[in-house]
Amino acid sequence: MELEKIKKKMRSGPVLFSEYKLGEGVKKALQLGRENILFELKDSGLKGRGGAGFPTATKWMLSGASLSDKKFIVCNADEGEPGTFKDRVLLLEYPELVFEGMIIGGYTIGAKEGILYLRGEYEYILKSLEDFLEMLRKDKLLGNNILGNENFSFNITIRLGSGAYVCGEETALIESLEGYRGEPRNRPPYPVNTGYLGHPTVVNNVETLASVPHIILKGGEWFKKHGTDKSTGSKLFSVSGDCDKPGVYELPWGTSIAELLKVVEAKNTKAVQVGGASGICLPKSQFNRVLGYEDAATGGSIIVFNESRNMLKVLKNFMEFFVEESCGQCTPCRIGNIKLLEAIEKIENNDFTFSYINNLKELGRTMQLASKCGLGQSSPNSFISILENFKDEIFGLNGKGKNNG
Amino acid sequence: MLVLEKNALSEEIESLVNQFGKERSALLQILQAIQRKHKHISDFAQQEVARMMEIHPVEVNSVVSFYSFLCTQPKGRNIVRLCQTISCDMAGKEKVEETVQRELGIKFGQTTKDKRITLEFTNCLGMCDQGPAMLVNEKVYTKLDPETAINILNEIK
Amino acid sequence: MVKRENERIPVSQQAHVVDKPKDLTNIGGTVSVQINEKKITVPLGTTILEACQLNQIHIPTLCHHPDLCIAGVCRVCVVEVEKMRTLQTACSFPIMSPIKIKTSTEMVRKARRHIIDLLLSEHYGECYSCFRNGNCELQNLAKEYGVDNYTFGHVQSPRYEVDNSSAAVVRDMNKCVLCKRCVRTCIDFQEVGVLEAIDRGHDTHVGTFLDKPLADVVCINCGQCINRCPTAALRANDPSDEIWTAIDDPKKHVVIQTAPSPRAAIGEEFGQEPGKSFTGELNTALRRIGFDRVFDTNFTADLTIMEEGTELLTRLKKALVDKDQSVKLPQFTSCSPGWVKYIEHFYPEYLDYLSTAKSPQQMFGALIKTFYAKEENIDPADIVTVALMPCAAKKFECNRPEMYDSGFKDVDYGLTTREMAKMIREAGIYLPEMPKSQFDDPFGDASGAGLIFGATGGVMEAALRTAYELITGREVPFENLIIEPCRGFEGVKQASVKLENCVEQYKFLEGVELKFVVAHGTANAKIVMEMLKNGELNDVHFVEVMACPGGCLGGGGQPIPTSAEIRKKRAEAIYEEEATLPIRKSHENTHVTYLYEKFLTDGPCGKLSHKLLHTHYVKRGKYIS
Repeated sequence: MELEKIKKKMRSGPVLFSEYKLGEGVKKALQLGRENILFELKDSGLKGRGGAGFPTATKWMLSGASLSDKKFIVCNADEGEPGTFKDRVLLLEYPELVFEGMIIGGYTIGAKEGILYLRGEYEYILKSLEDFLEMLRKDKLLGNNILGNENFSFNITIRLGSGAYVCGEETALIESLEGYRGEPRNRPPYPVNTGYLGHPTVVNNVETLASVPHIILKGGEWFKKHGTDKSTGSKLFSVSGDCDKPGVYELPWGTSIAELLKVVEAKNTKAVQVGGASGICLPKSQFNRVLGYEDAATGGSIIVFNESRNMLKVLKNFMEFFVEESCGQCTPCRIGNIKLLEAIEKIENNDFTFSYINNLKELGRTMQLASKCGLGQSSPNSFISILENFKDEIFGLNGKGKNNG
Repeated sequence: MLVLEKNALSEEIESLVNQFGKERSALLQILQAIQRKHKHISDFAQQEVARMMEIHPVEVNSVVSFYSFLCTQPKGRNIVRLCQTISCDMAGKEKVEETVQRELGIKFGQTTKDKRITLEFTNCLGMCDQGPAMLVNEKVYTKLDPETAINILNEIK
Repeated sequence: MVKRENERIPVSQQAHVVDKPKDLTNIGGTVSVQINEKKITVPLGTTILEACQLNQIHIPTLCHHPDLCIAGVCRVCVVEVEKMRTLQTACSFPIMSPIKIKTSTEMVRKARRHIIDLLLSEHYGECYSCFRNGNCELQNLAKEYGVDNYTFGHVQSPRYEVDNSSAAVVRDMNKCVLCKRCVRTCIDFQEVGVLEAIDRGHDTHVGTFLDKPLADVVCINCGQCINRCPTAALRANDPSDEIWTAIDDPKKHVVIQTAPSPRAAIGEEFGQEPGKSFTGELNTALRRIGFDRVFDTNFTADLTIMEEGTELLTRLKKALVDKDQSVKLPQFTSCSPGWVKYIEHFYPEYLDYLSTAKSPQQMFGALIKTFYAKEENIDPADIVTVALMPCAAKKFECNRPEMYDSGFKDVDYGLTTREMAKMIREAGIYLPEMPKSQFDDPFGDASGAGLIFGATGGVMEAALRTAYELITGREVPFENLIIEPCRGFEGVKQASVKLENCVEQYKFLEGVELKFVVAHGTANAKIVMEMLKNGELNDVHFVEVMACPGGCLGGGGQPIPTSAEIRKKRAEAIYEEEATLPIRKSHENTHVTYLYEKFLTDGPCGKLSHKLLHTHYVKRGKYIS
């Protein structure tokens, strides 16, 4: 691991990777006051960067409005979506943005405690984050009476996950923080009302929080100059797979897939998986689609497949992932995913009927509608989209043994 | 387990409970600390945690069994987790897998006879741009090929 | 209700901590909603399911149970809520704003059907070879949704080994639908904590600590999990085949004793409304099945009162007169074998507080193979004793090694209400149409005091009727002998009666305020034990604990389903029957008097009764090895 080298790597981008000086966001926020922070945030149109796209200002307003004397702001650093690694980069290279976002959030909603839930796989980042927090405390950006403000004290603790993808779901994450199995809760009630230990809790993605200091500093107006009407600002894309320059890219929302592929120097691209295993798989004919909440929504995972890849194998890898990572509490997700995986094996063995495959696509639809949380609601996406978009390859060439990715 | 060992473990758990608190929200942290040190959470340890936190042993067991990084059976001194998710898979995980298995003489899911290494698969490590990747305990290694993987494994004690 | 210290939000309830004021009418909190075409007004926070039930709109459920907190995991109850992207579970969705709900759209029906199909695909076995055939919630759902084929296949071989290690409860996880009702029952409702979800994803299953056999963990055999299981994943260990064999063997003299609670509930197994006793009908049915004698467990309930009451008075005397510091007070009842095992596991240091008196079932067993065998001149080796009980734990109890005081196994088989109903059906008998008949002698008489043992507070009420009268020479100062503070379903009840103008023998109790506590369900027992630990029971004399909610009438061997409402009706049936009985105090039972005159000649708590009617307990502790 060449941590230091990675850290020094220079990045540039329109929003998140733009110039920023430590502490400025918090300083400005304290000058602005809660109302103005919320105004700027609302004006910016910032939406959750984890993938669900819930307006951040609304989330903060709802929990800010609660009268509870104890509130929490939780940073969701349980980045587990296959093909996503932007949070890793933010946490390693831009921790000030993430933590300042949490501090500003705490100030805005009236929380005194922040928790960063770091996935167990990223334990190696823990030390540098702890060190960074210590530095923030020394700089009076964290702790009692932040920057001399008598009415604002805020602390951040870091808690580790232990290897469970589902804990990236906000209510599962809260369960995990509370010391339980990471099983998502029924919603409503939502965490903004009843969250960690029953208190109002805002759970935000790393990237969402990291956007906040920039918005506070430069204004919502500036932020929404980037991106599209419905998807303001920029997005970090984690690009992996068959391309010459994999990595994290900050691009404005509204970038088309074709454009992105050019940037990462992908050649002979057959398919692009947008949004990780829980996302959708697009064929060449749809590369003109744009990345954004209004079209191809994504938490940032872009996986590129070139002509040599066997899409059925890809799909199988995804479904195996979900069978393992489903929390197992609700029926559609626990049993549904294994049915989809079994179907893939049947296709592999040329032992299937089309009517059965159609049944399973219908089942996928039910999983999307009736599963308890986002995991089960999105796990059939790749099944449905790959079987639909690559049916010629999968059903036509199957059994010929040509495409071994 | 010897009585002395049991007592030592109990004391250790007690100090963890004192450190993290008796509230349920401390459970995962306590289990993680035990796992880090002992590479597993024995049935005795689970019951001691339950006793001190005033919850049922089966609740502790339930939590341990939920998280992939916690386990109830002893493992090797070093746990090697090779990422099996798509990007690493496409980047050549299978070759690393085969070589490592052959070199250590064990399959994934098994532990070497000298208890030095346990091989496991894991899901996405967030190193998709530098795959194949693997974790050795909490440390991450990237851009593996069969040769580098073997070198890394040979170095760990 | 006593407030619990450090109250823990149960695992499964966490998801449902809705800020829901207790009395919604006070804050004027109502909301209008539209369900299908119907507009209705409900209190804020009402769930969609509750709103539908109030308006006769049927919503299928599986993981939902009225006794338990909400889980929202089976997803069978999904409905459409306007403006929401996904379907919502009716059981968990609190109505907080004027929403529009549709309960039967194509989307909803398809989703439900899919979910049922998925559950069936993993549900091992066939309905006709299942004891829950005809009373299975999964089967009902399949029927309701017209399932006529296995859309997603059907599991062909079992995934899990059947755990029949326990004398009381058999677990077959191959039939489990993971509704987690048993988990919620065991952890939240009973607070025993044996069952939880183990592993993750498709491997998730309900298991014990390290998946050990049930017999090796801290299961108290209450069987409440069985009562709440929607399928046959949990069942009682059924001895009916052995009983048939005994009945069919002409050399065997097979006798049965029947407890009060099965009589008040067995009608439910024959399609009768809850709340009607079938005592006389059952007696006839049992004789027609082939039992040689039919006895009334209430007889030994009366005997229990004599023994336990005498024990209490002895303890009181030792404490008050002899100032003996080692005497343990309050005295706890010991009739409930689930409760006994609970205290053995969780509070072994307090075993001396338990009365040493055996439960009525075991007293009866010991008497049948001694006193009765002698009176009737039958070789006790040829006697087979069956006990019809509302209880799963009674199966464990009769197998305890301590229960061989007659020189034989005192009670050979414990049979649940459900299993009895099955035997009656097997014999081609329709219970409700049976003529009535009486119990057999020499235990023919039983008092009403014995009958009310079936309801929580019943043992206390029976004991007070006798104790008060023995001490003061007068009847308890309650109208019609109904000691109201003992009745009802409050979790922990506390009350007292003042002892005045005591008879000579009990002058040492003059002016004493006799204090008692009644608890039912082990969650409440836990509260009482914590009170004892904290010294809050120092001035209490007698505590009744029943392991099952509602007492025996809500026992783990009773007909399925069960709910607070059903338990209430069964209690009413018991109290109604009791009010009509000629003898309502245990000490007035002439057959009991006769027994003490002829057999237990050194009286209650005497030498022989100590040998036959009392027992000792085992310090089990919580540690699972």
